[in-house]
Amino acid sequence: MNALLKLLGIILVAASGCASASEAGLRLEPAPAQRLDVESLQRGARNFVNYCQSCHGAQYMRYNRLTDLELTEAQIRDNLMFATDKIGSTMTAAMSKADATAWFGGPPPDLSVEARVRGKDWLYSYLIGFYRDEKSATGWNNLVFPSVAMPHVLWGLAGPHKLVETEYEDEEKAEAAAIAVKGLAISEPLAGGKWVVKTVAQDTPGKMSPIEYKTFVADLVNFLDYTAEPVRNDRINIGIVVLIYLGLLFAFVYALKRSYWKDIH
Amino acid sequence: MQRLLNWIDDRFPLSALWKSQVSEYYAPKNFNFWYYFGSLALFVLVMQFVTGIFLTMSYKPDATKAFESIEYIMRDVSGGWLIRYMHSTGASAFFLVVYLHMFRALLYGSYRKPRELLWIVGCFIYLALMAEAFFGYLLPWGQMSYWGAQVIVNLFSAVPIIGDDLGTWIRGDYTISDVTLNRFFAFHVAAVPLVLLMLVVVHLMALHEVGSNNPDGIEIKDRLDPTTGHPVDGIPFHPYYTVKDLVGVVVFLVVFSIVVFFWPDAGGYFIEANNFIPADPLKTPEHIAPVWYFTPYYAMLRAVPSFLNSQFWGVLVMGLAVVILFFLPWLDRGKVKSIRYRGFIYKAWLAAFALSFLVLGYLGTVPVTVWGQFGSMMGAADRATVVARVFTTVYFLFFILMPWYTARDKTKPVPDRLT
Repeated sequence: MNALLKLLGIILVAASGCASASEAGLRLEPAPAQRLDVESLQRGARNFVNYCQSCHGAQYMRYNRLTDLELTEAQIRDNLMFATDKIGSTMTAAMSKADATAWFGGPPPDLSVEARVRGKDWLYSYLIGFYRDEKSATGWNNLVFPSVAMPHVLWGLAGPHKLVETEYEDEEKAEAAAIAVKGLAISEPLAGGKWVVKTVAQDTPGKMSPIEYKTFVADLVNFLDYTAEPVRNDRINIGIVVLIYLGLLFAFVYALKRSYWKDIH
Repeated sequence: MQRLLNWIDDRFPLSALWKSQVSEYYAPKNFNFWYYFGSLALFVLVMQFVTGIFLTMSYKPDATKAFESIEYIMRDVSGGWLIRYMHSTGASAFFLVVYLHMFRALLYGSYRKPRELLWIVGCFIYLALMAEAFFGYLLPWGQMSYWGAQVIVNLFSAVPIIGDDLGTWIRGDYTISDVTLNRFFAFHVAAVPLVLLMLVVVHLMALHEVGSNNPDGIEIKDRLDPTTGHPVDGIPFHPYYTVKDLVGVVVFLVVFSIVVFFWPDAGGYFIEANNFIPADPLKTPEHIAPVWYFTPYYAMLRAVPSFLNSQFWGVLVMGLAVVILFFLPWLDRGKVKSIRYRGFIYKAWLAAFALSFLVLGYLGTVPVTVWGQFGSMMGAADRATVVARVFTTVYFLFFILMPWYTARDKTKPVPDRLT
């Protein structure tokens, strides 16, 4: 039986080794977002209400839930509530759906659980992935989400970026170059077997330095990651207690079983 | 206390039932690891009932409110997140436990005479469980819920002649809609659970009638103690197996809690990222895959080519893959029950079968292009599709050739007593 299981394991490992993809490879930049960094989450909440909430809502998120972030209701009311005066309301967008449809062709997605759809690395890379593109309707394009309908709202902070394309002989060299970027990069096949690696680079400085901007985005993503599952920190803390309890319970029930079974041979 | 018990016993066979089903139900004393999964399945069933009941208190089976009500449960209902994660993880845990329970039967021949009905009732439980999972998966009303249900209902629409009407009849509409959501809710919380509960009772009754099989695959009832009349190799279920299964339950809860508290999405295998987007009938997701417990069948469905302008053959193969399980007791002609005394041929076939199930299960979760294509010699077919075809064939050959290879297999002598 054990030999069979080993064989099974070997075949499975071999089978998974066959998997290789010769298609466009998007390398996301990992979001430096820490779920326990309360100050980052507070800054992220501020960034969200100031820069996102005019168009995007977080309609499942209640303002008074932000007390999770060690804010008092008075602080929330004074600094984060622009659209309503009821602390139990949810964080809906300022823009109406009708206006959104008229201006952008449809309402922008609600961001309550967006981090669970995309993942925080995607969101982070998306927000640092905008570049100038004269051919697009908004004047902007995005490395992570090509032809996205959203304009680059944060361009004043980030400063306009441009697309940087470098050609390589083959997939291997392109892949190596994409890894060497140590950040957001995408490698794509070109006609004739060549490959291109695309990245973005700042064109002219914005109001923030590149590091300040990335911190700004990281805070925002951290906040979105929190709103996607506000209970996460509690869940993990409770989980640790539950496991300790189950460990003790195991010792008890195992001893019980041993004592009952000592006469069975 | 004794007087109360006497009063009840005069009117209802409480003590007699306790004795016959628990305290004097003699089970073989050599149950191993594989024998935990029956009691665990019962435990998970109860857990799904309890968490499910609490979920219905806040869930709204309405296409405009369903998605929102799940987020309401996750955020505003006290402990709602825990109940919901227990239920979503419980669904996967149920299948995992049931698959291991069924594999146990294959290992030790637990479906063989006199346990044919026990096995068949078990197969019906598996079917009911699949229905329960399918109906339940629509309820969160996310993109995967919606399109997953669309795909599965379309399977029924692929049935020749009556297919279209059948699809409409199941949905109650021309597309998956509010009507569908409401009826799936009714099936998920009332109809199927009732059937499931009834079948589980019948399964246990059948088990207690014939007695449990064991890793040696011999009947303990054949050797009774002349003085007590009880099997010499049997021990009363209570207290021996109640305390042993309790250990199993606690170990299960450790693993279960690790998922619920630290990894509730299980990397997208238990809760899919796309299901956090509300259902949108106008936007088809790029990649629709069922939850992991259906993926072996899904891989078969995709592997079967269309024939005579019909996709029905894939559906047929998928259906047969489940139906064939029912015939197992009559396909196996081996002289022994347990793998311990079977020969190499059965062991090899069982390993090939288990491998097929796992590989097909993996292939069902990924796009068919995952391993690239073969060269033009092979018609540039997707490698994954070809592999899925091979393993689908192996899956069926395990059953179809069984009467032949089990009869031919060199078996070892079976001992008189448990080892």
